[in-house]
Amino acid sequence: MAEITTDTGVGVRPALARKPSAFLEFFSRLFREKPLGAIGAVVCLIFLFAGIFADLLAPYGFNLIMPINRMKPPSLQFWFGTDNLGRDIFSRILYGARLSVIIGLSAALLATVLSILLGITTGYLGGRFDMIVQRFVDAWMSFPDIVILIVVVSVVGPGMPQVIVVLGCLYGIAGSRIIRSAVISVREQSYIHAAQSIGGTTPRILWYHVLPNVMPPVIVLFTTRVGAVILAEAALSFLGLGVPPPAPTWGGMLTGSARNYMYLAPWMALAPGICLTLVVFSINMFGDALRDLLDPRMRGHR
Amino acid sequence: MQGYIVRRFLALIPTLIFASFIVFITVRLIPGNIIELMLSQNDVSASKQTRDQLEAALGLDTPIYIQYFKWMAGLLQGDLGKSLWTNTPVMEEILYRLPITFQLGMMALLVSLLVGIPIGVYAALKQDTVGDYLLRTLSILMLAIPGFWVGTLVMVFPAMWWGWSPSVRFVTFSQDPWGNFVQLLIPALILGKAFSAIIMRLTRTLMLEVLRQDYIRTARAKGLSVSTIVIRHALRNALIPVVTLVGLQAPLLFGGAVILEQIFVIPGMGLLLLEAVGTRDYPTITGVFLVIGVAVVIINLLVDLSYGFLDPKVRNR
Repeated sequence: MAEITTDTGVGVRPALARKPSAFLEFFSRLFREKPLGAIGAVVCLIFLFAGIFADLLAPYGFNLIMPINRMKPPSLQFWFGTDNLGRDIFSRILYGARLSVIIGLSAALLATVLSILLGITTGYLGGRFDMIVQRFVDAWMSFPDIVILIVVVSVVGPGMPQVIVVLGCLYGIAGSRIIRSAVISVREQSYIHAAQSIGGTTPRILWYHVLPNVMPPVIVLFTTRVGAVILAEAALSFLGLGVPPPAPTWGGMLTGSARNYMYLAPWMALAPGICLTLVVFSINMFGDALRDLLDPRMRGHR
Repeated sequence: MQGYIVRRFLALIPTLIFASFIVFITVRLIPGNIIELMLSQNDVSASKQTRDQLEAALGLDTPIYIQYFKWMAGLLQGDLGKSLWTNTPVMEEILYRLPITFQLGMMALLVSLLVGIPIGVYAALKQDTVGDYLLRTLSILMLAIPGFWVGTLVMVFPAMWWGWSPSVRFVTFSQDPWGNFVQLLIPALILGKAFSAIIMRLTRTLMLEVLRQDYIRTARAKGLSVSTIVIRHALRNALIPVVTLVGLQAPLLFGGAVILEQIFVIPGMGLLLLEAVGTRDYPTITGVFLVIGVAVVIINLLVDLSYGFLDPKVRNR
């Protein structure tokens, strides 16, 4: 069947050919069983869209200073008002969405890859290697995220690439525990023993047998990490250690000289926080729904 | 049991030495030389000689490994070095700051337990009803709202509407216990917000598990009231993992405190760290980092020990 419908070559396995319909089926299940999760997914897509097309959607530039329009309340001309320098907050929110999308997705991707590498090798190989790595993870995890972030960012300096790498490493190491425990339960399954007994090499077993079977927690981990990274980046920018101004980060819009003017223009304090909350809430709702749909064993756990 | 505690402490030493070494090296990589920073505040055209004198006076002229060994020798005597700026012992500064952060963390923890556990139990008892669904959604919302944003709103809106804003002049507990409590209450509520959501979700999950056990059915068959079953039988067993969670999430409380201390100008460990990073005060950064690490490990140890009191199975072993 699969060979008839797809002519992409001999290497295509039936499972891959069936994938589009499985994807559609998954989404119809999402909408039927988890309506809130589906709404979350839609909101995430809207923000993704807003970030990608910020250039086209934004009525003004993110750093266009209009001195006559300083601290104008929300109106038809400036939907979310303007800030103390006379910049349109709506436009800055859109460009800020782009920064959040870029940082959120790339740092979460880096974190997930790191978690997979660490989690799969330590979980599958076990022994002394696992013990040493786990002690390192222990030491790492006894320090608060933000404390590590403050010290590391002050060394490497603020900036987008640095923030992505630092957040990626931070969440990657912490997340490896989740993948590791999933791998440990997979390791003892009979299909793994079968693969070992027919002489499968370790990399081959890890890639073809272990990895596909820990995909559900990996997907959930990635989704929730995107939200966590966006929040952490906002907190860093808030402390002045994230992407430096005039970049329109949502966290950065709530800090610095803006704080002195919020009493006169309170709308400056509203839009960035509402957007942050909405995005992170949507991602987490979607992540929660994914967890329930993908993995019945993890149902209800956080 | 004593042997266990001793072993736990011994296992701690290599971790902390490793961590202290990394931090000691790392903070010295922060761009912006402290000597330059100090000179720029007083005399821009300082000669090479003054520069060397200042470096020697601060003990920064020796190779970094010698500095590290000197620092370690001091540490063994409970000395974390002196602040490069104020010349006060770092330990003294930390001993003043740590209780403030600790108090903030404990108040936040108390808030989150008082809110999280009852709501979690309620949601579990009403599993899959509208109320349960709403509470679970609310808990995800609480996790999504950034604490620093709430802090900002609290600083802005009451001041605008009623002319009231949280005091930024810190009063210590010994000066004015009530004033101190009131001052820390708002940050503690904000800090406890996310934490209570985590506790609520865990309590709900654990209660659901426990409520399906045979002994609960037996208790029900005996005709005990729901409240007796929940309080005397179910909650006791469900709470053990909640205690673990409190230990595991101690870094999270510390981390949240850093940001809230900055917003509400509370002179705790977080503000100390931010100031020290800003002024490149190496001994202070290293000291704060080490003390936070030790505090987290000790909290985890206390959590482990508390199992003995909570769980008879562990007590009798």
